[in-house]
Amino acid sequence: MINSLFLISHSGDIFLEKHWKSVISRSVCDYFLEAKEKAGDPENVAPVLQTPHHYLISIYRGKLFFLSVTQTEVPPLFVIEFLHRVADTFQDYFGDCSEVVIKENTVTVYELLEEMLDNGFPLATESNVLKEMIRPPTILRSVVNTLTGGSNVGGTLPTGQLSNVPWRRAGVKYTNNEAYFDVIEEIDAILDKSGTTVFAEIQGVVEACVKLTGMPDLTLSFMNPRLLDDVSFHPCVRFKRWESERVLSFIPPDGNFRLMSYHVSSQNLVAIPVYVKQNISFLETGSCGRLDITIGPKQTMGKSVENLTVTIPMPKSVLSVNLTATQGTYTFDLTTKVVLWDVGKLNPQKLPNLRGSISIQTGSPKPEENPSINIGLQIQQLAISGLKVSRLDMYGEKYKPFKGVKYVTKAGKFQVRT
Amino acid sequence: MFSPFRHDDLKEMLDSNKDSLKLEAMKRIVAMIARGKNASDLFPAVVKNVACKNIEVKKLVYVYLVRYAEEQQDLALLSISTFQRGLKDPNQLIRASALRVLSSIRVTIIVPIMMLAIKEAASDMSPYVRKTAAHAIPKLYSLDPEQKDQLIEVIEKLLADKTTLVAGSVVMAFEEVCPERIDLIHKNYRKLCNLLIDVEEWGQVVIINMLTRYARTQFLNPNINESLLEEGGGADKTFYGSDEDEDEDEEEKEKKAEAAAMAKRKPYVMDPDHRLLLRNTKPLLQSRNAAVVMAVAQLYFHLAPKAEVGVIAKALVRLLRSHSEVQYVVLQNVATMTIKRRGMFEPYLKSFYIRSTDPTQIKILKLEVLTNLANETNISTILREFQTYIKSMDKDFVAATIQAIGRCATNIGEVRDTCLNGLVQLLSNRDELVVAESVVVIKKLLQMQPEKHSDIIKHMAKLTDNIQVPMARASILWLIGEYCEHVPKIAPDVLRKMAKSFTNEEDIVKLQILNLAAKLYLTNSKQTKLLTQYVLNLAKYDQNYDIRDRARFIRQLIVPTEKSGALSKYAKKLFLALKPAPVLESPFKDRDHFQLGSLSHLLNAKAGGYQELPDWPESAPDPSVRNVEVPEWTKCSSREKRKEKKVEKPFYSDSEGESGPTESADSESDSASGSESGSEGSGSASESEESGGVSVSEEEEEEEEEEKKTKKRELKKAVQESESEQSSEEEDRKHERKMKQQKSDSESESDEEEESESESSQSESDDSESEAEVRKKKKAAESKPPSKPAKKETTKEKKEMSLLDLDDFEPAPSPQVTPVNNLFSNSLVTDLEGLSLSEAVLLPATIAPSSALKSYELLHRITGEGLSVEYCFSRQPFSPDANMVAVQMQFTNSSASDTKSLHMEDVKLQSGMRVKEFPEIELLPAGETATAVMGIDFCDSTQAANFQLCTHTRKFFVSIQPPVGELMRPVFLTENEFKKEQGQLMGMNEITEKLTLDAKCRNEHAIVQRVTTAANLSRVPCGSDKECSPPVPPPEHPVHRFAGRTVTSGSLVLVTVATREEGAAQLTINCEKMVIGTMLVKDILLALTQ
Repeated sequence: MINSLFLISHSGDIFLEKHWKSVISRSVCDYFLEAKEKAGDPENVAPVLQTPHHYLISIYRGKLFFLSVTQTEVPPLFVIEFLHRVADTFQDYFGDCSEVVIKENTVTVYELLEEMLDNGFPLATESNVLKEMIRPPTILRSVVNTLTGGSNVGGTLPTGQLSNVPWRRAGVKYTNNEAYFDVIEEIDAILDKSGTTVFAEIQGVVEACVKLTGMPDLTLSFMNPRLLDDVSFHPCVRFKRWESERVLSFIPPDGNFRLMSYHVSSQNLVAIPVYVKQNISFLETGSCGRLDITIGPKQTMGKSVENLTVTIPMPKSVLSVNLTATQGTYTFDLTTKVVLWDVGKLNPQKLPNLRGSISIQTGSPKPEENPSINIGLQIQQLAISGLKVSRLDMYGEKYKPFKGVKYVTKAGKFQVRT
Repeated sequence: MFSPFRHDDLKEMLDSNKDSLKLEAMKRIVAMIARGKNASDLFPAVVKNVACKNIEVKKLVYVYLVRYAEEQQDLALLSISTFQRGLKDPNQLIRASALRVLSSIRVTIIVPIMMLAIKEAASDMSPYVRKTAAHAIPKLYSLDPEQKDQLIEVIEKLLADKTTLVAGSVVMAFEEVCPERIDLIHKNYRKLCNLLIDVEEWGQVVIINMLTRYARTQFLNPNINESLLEEGGGADKTFYGSDEDEDEDEEEKEKKAEAAAMAKRKPYVMDPDHRLLLRNTKPLLQSRNAAVVMAVAQLYFHLAPKAEVGVIAKALVRLLRSHSEVQYVVLQNVATMTIKRRGMFEPYLKSFYIRSTDPTQIKILKLEVLTNLANETNISTILREFQTYIKSMDKDFVAATIQAIGRCATNIGEVRDTCLNGLVQLLSNRDELVVAESVVVIKKLLQMQPEKHSDIIKHMAKLTDNIQVPMARASILWLIGEYCEHVPKIAPDVLRKMAKSFTNEEDIVKLQILNLAAKLYLTNSKQTKLLTQYVLNLAKYDQNYDIRDRARFIRQLIVPTEKSGALSKYAKKLFLALKPAPVLESPFKDRDHFQLGSLSHLLNAKAGGYQELPDWPESAPDPSVRNVEVPEWTKCSSREKRKEKKVEKPFYSDSEGESGPTESADSESDSASGSESGSEGSGSASESEESGGVSVSEEEEEEEEEEKKTKKRELKKAVQESESEQSSEEEDRKHERKMKQQKSDSESESDEEEESESESSQSESDDSESEAEVRKKKKAAESKPPSKPAKKETTKEKKEMSLLDLDDFEPAPSPQVTPVNNLFSNSLVTDLEGLSLSEAVLLPATIAPSSALKSYELLHRITGEGLSVEYCFSRQPFSPDANMVAVQMQFTNSSASDTKSLHMEDVKLQSGMRVKEFPEIELLPAGETATAVMGIDFCDSTQAANFQLCTHTRKFFVSIQPPVGELMRPVFLTENEFKKEQGQLMGMNEITEKLTLDAKCRNEHAIVQRVTTAANLSRVPCGSDKECSPPVPPPEHPVHRFAGRTVTSGSLVLVTVATREEGAAQLTINCEKMVIGTMLVKDILLALTQ
C-alpha cells in the first residue's frame, strides 16, 4: 500500500524519509516539487500525482508536505486519511506538527512511523496504543533520560492492541476524575451583497477530555437529539444505541478526543449572529477606492460576540490602504494583500466601523472584482443550533467524576460577498 | 560524505557495554537514516546488538536492520537466529514482533524460514500473532512470488479465522497475493459481512472494496429491470447508431430481448447475501474515517438498488467539511456519481457552492458537480451563482466557470439564449483570458444555431483586433469562415487583416487563417482570390510542416488547374459541409467503469494492480457455495476435491441440495412479510430449478428425497422465522455466527442433514426478512415485521416438530467428536453443545408460565360510571407488531344502560413509544363483558402510555404502566449459551443482590413460579452440560436460570437465582439495559422474599 513516506518542507527541502518496503530513491520527489512549483500556492498542488513508475499521494499540513509513494492501486482516501492521522499523532505527541519539532524528535517520529505501518499497511493508529509503546516526550522525562539513560520506549508491551477496546489502555489511574465535553458549533455561511443568506449550515463537534480511572462506561444524552441530521462517531461510540435511543454510549479513550461530529438538519433556519454593512468601491479614475464596513449584532441569542475578526483579501493591484477603525486594530499585509481587522468584542451600543481609502498601483486598471469579506467570531456559552446536553451518566466505576459541558459557537467559513 | 572517523566513534559507542551509549549511537544512526544519509557501513557493528536487553536499542536496531538487510544479505543472516528464538517465546507480543521483523528482512535466502514461520504463526493461539502472519504474507510474496501456492493455502486458512483482528489483514493479503481466487471468499462471505463493523477501520476499507468485487460476480444486478427499460427506450438508438456492424447489433438485441423476457418472467429477488452486505455496511457511513465512508459509498453506488443509493449522499457531503485533500478525492467521485444519478445530490446543491477561499482545484471540481446537477428547475439559481464566480480573482476558475456556463447552455435549451447573452457581455471584459474563454465557448454554442446570431459573429469579428490568445483567435476565424455567408461583408476584411499578420500568428491561428481563406475562396472568390493566393504562398514557406502540408492540400483542392483532380469538384462540399455541433460533456462521463474511490478512477487510467470491477453476471451463480460446510473440507484447497469426496460419501451430497431450500426460504419470508407472495413463489420455484441444473449431477438422484424433505424443512423454517423475528439485529449477528459453527458441526454427524439445512435457511430467512423491512422503509432496524402465516404454522406443528427435533438431538455428542481432526475438536465440543439451540424454536410457547396472569385496574366501576376496565399482560406475542407488548383488556359494563362505540383516543406517549389501538367495540350491552387486545411498544421503558377511553357519551383519562417484567419475552437458551451470554454482559451490566428466600418459596417449583410470574422469562434447563462448568453446584443448592429479551430492542435479560443454605440466595441479573436490570432486581427480590 504505502511504500515510502517523505516529509518535505514548505521550501522543498526533503528532511525525513521512511521506507516500508524496498527503498525508493528520493529523486521521485522531483516530480512533486515540479508540480508544487507549477501550482504556486501549496494548497493547489494536486493530492494525487502520477509518475512513470509511482503514484504520489500527498497532504499539506502545518506548512509541511507529507508525501507518500505507492506503486500499485490503493484507494487514495485511504492514504490521505492515514497521512492526516500521522500528522494528528505528531500534533498529539509534540503539541505541534512543524518542521522544527519533527527535526527535533526525529527518532521518536521514526519509531512512531515504524509502529503505525507494517509493510505499508496501517498497524497501530490509535494514539492510546501508540502512547503505551512510545511515550510522548516531556521536558521532565528528557532531563531524566539524559541523566539515567532511560528511554522513551515503553517497557510494557502494547496490550491495547489485543483488547477489543483498542482505543483505551488498561490500568488508567487519576486522583481527580473528570470528564469535560465541549460542544463546538461552526456556522458556515455565504451572504450576498445585500446581506441575504445564500447558503448557511451548522456543523458541530463534541470534543471530549476524559480523565477517568479504570474502565468507565459513559452515556451522554441530549435534550434535543432530533436536531442532529448527520453524525459521525469516534469508533468507541455504540452505534446501535444511537440508532435505537439517540444516546451516546461509549467507553471513552483516555485523554482528549473527538467524540462525534454532526450536521444540524438543514430544515432549521440558521441564525446568523452578525450583519455586515459594507461598501467597497474602486473609482474609475485616479487609482484609488473607498472602503466602509460596519458590523452589528443580528441574532446572538442575548450573548455577546467575541473575538470578532474581519479578513479581506484585496485584489493584487492594491498598493496600500489607509483606514481608520473605531474599534480594534487593522493590519495590511503587503505581500498577500490581505486586510485583517481584529475587532475584539462586539459592542451593540457602539458598532465597530472601518473606513478609509485604498490606493491602487498607478496605471493598472480598476479591479474587476470586489473582494469578499471573511468573518471570524466566537460566542461563548451558546450552541447556535440550540443543542443541549441533558446528562452524562457513568457506569462501571464506583467514584463520582467531575463533569462539565461547555458550549461555543464559532464562525466557520463565513463569507460575505461584495 | 562522512569522514570515516565519525563512524568509528559510533562503532565504539555501539561496542561499549553501556546501554545509554548504545542508545545514543543508535539514535544518531537512525537520524542519519531518516535524513536519507547512508549508514550501511555500520552494519556489522549494529547487528551485534540485535539481542540487546534494552528495548529501545533493540527496536532501533530492528529499524536499521530492516532498512539495510537487503544491501547486506550475508551479514543480515547473523540476526536470523535471534528472531527464530523470538518466534518460540511464550509472550504473544514477542512472537508477533519477531515475525514482523523477520518477515521484513528482504533476503531471499531466508524465504523457507519465513514460510515456515508464517505457517506456524497462522495457527498460533493468539489472534495478534495470526494477524502478524497475515501481514507477513504479502511481504514474502513480493520477495519470492513463487511461493504463491503455499501462501494461498495460508491465506485460505486465515480467511477462515473468526476474529476481527485477523480479518482486515488477511483480506489485505488476499488482495495482494491472489485477488483472482474469488472462490476462497465464498465460505467466508457471511462471516466477513458480519464481522465487518467490529474490524479496525483500515481493514474495513480493504474488506469492503473486496466484497464489492465479489458481489459483482455473485449476485444479479438489482437494477436489471430498470436498465433494460432504459436501454430499450430512447437511449437504444443513439447507442446503436454509431455501431457499424449490424449483424452483431442484431445478436445483441436478441440477447437483450431474451434477458428482458427473462426478467419479465422472473421478477428480481435480491439474494439474501446481497442484502446482508448492504445492510451490514450501511452503519459504517457514520464512520469518522473518510476512507471507510468512501468505501461504503462506492459499494452502494455499484451494488445497491437505485432507490437505496441515496443514503450515501449525505455522508459524502459531510466529507466536504474535511481536509482539502479529502474534499478533492470525494468531489472527484461525486462528479462521477452525479452523471449517473443526479437526483441523489440535488438536495445538497448548496453544499457545492464555492467560496473564494477554496483552493482552485476544489473550486473547479465543485463547478463540475454544479454543472452536472443543473436542470431546468435549478438552472436559474446555478446561473446566478456562476454570475458571482465570474467576478472572482482566480482566473483559472473564471475560465472554468465560463466553460460550465457553456455546458449548461448546451444541456438545457431554455437557458441557451440567456447564457449566450451573458457570455457576449463577457467579451467586453477587461481580462483577456476571460474574453478568450468566452469566445471559445460562444463558438461552440453558436454552432448550434448560427442563423439567429449573425450580429454576435460580427461582434466577435471586431475582437480580432484586440484579442491575442491564440485559441480565441482561432475560434473566431473558424466561426467567420464557417458562417461567412452570414457576414459577407466583414469576412473578407478579416481575412485581409489576418493575411497581414499571418507570419506572426501562432500555428493554430495560421491553420484557421488557411481555412478561412479556403472557405471564402469557395464562396466569394471574386473578392478574395488574391488574398487567398497570398496566404497560401506565405504558408508554403512556413516553418511548420503541418501548415505547409495544409497549404499544399488546400491549393490543390480549390485552385482550379488543368490537372486538378476529381476532388476539386467537391471542394465546396468538403469545406462547407454541415458540421454537427460539438457535444460539451463532462470529463467525468463514463468514469464509473472504474471502481469508485480507487486510484484508477481518480487518474482515469488503470493503475498497476487494479482489479477490474466485473460486470453483473447474466444469471446468478449457485448461492449455496456460501453455505458453510463441514470443517474437514476446509482443509481441501480446491472445490474439485470436495466434490470428489461427495461422490465417495453420498450422504454429504445432500448439502448440495441446499440451493433448493435457500430459494424457497426466500419466497416464504417474502410472503410472510405480506408482499406479493404469488408471483414470488413462482419465481423462486423456477430459480431453484435453475440452480439445480447448475449444480452437480448427483443431485438429481437426490431430488426425490429432496422433495419429501422440503415440506418438513418449510415447517421448520416457519418456526425459526418466528423466532428470529423476535431477536434483535445485533443478536442476529451473533446468532448467525453461532448457527454457522453449529451447522458445520452438525453436518459431520451422520444423520443430521435435516438439522443443518434448517439452520442455513434460518440465516437466510433472517436476511430476507430485513429485506422486506427495508422495503417497508421502517426506520427502527430492530423492529421486525411479524409474519402471520408463519406463526400459525408454528402453533399447528408444534408437537410434531418437537418430536422430530428431539430425535435428531438424541445422539450423544461424544461419539461424533472422535472421527474429527484433533485441531477442531476443541471448538467442536462447545459447538455441539450449542446444537440444542434448535429447541429454542419450540420451547417458548410450551414453557409459558402456568400461573394466572395478574390483572390491573384501568378504570374503576365508580369513576367509569358503571364501566369498569381491567387489563393484564397476556404474554402472548402481539401479532400485528412483534415489538409491542400485548395488553388484554376486559371491559365490564355493570351499569343499566348499554355502552356504545368503545374506543380509544388522544394517545399521549413518550417519544419512541407506539400504540396499536384495539378495535372499536361497537356495543357493550348492560351487564356484559368484552375483551380486546391492544399492543403497546413501551420502548423498553416503564413509562406509562396515557390515552383516553371513549364511549359514546364519556371520555376517561387512563394510563397503562407496565411492570418491568412485562417488557420482555422469553427466549430459550441452553445453560452454555446462557453462560456465554452472561460472560458478555459482565461489569456494569451485571447486578447482584443477596436475599433470604421466603419460607414458602424454598423449593424449586416455587422459585420458578415466582420468578416467571414477576417477569416474562423462560427457564433455562440445567444440567445439559457436564464438561464446562467445573464447580458443579451440589444438587441441594441448585442454581436457577431464566432468560428473556426485551421486547423492543431485544436486549438479553439473564436472571440467575443461586440458592444457598437456609434460604439464603443470590440474585444476579445481567442485562445490557441498566435501568431494566435494576428495576427487575427489585421486582424479583420482592417476589422471592414475600
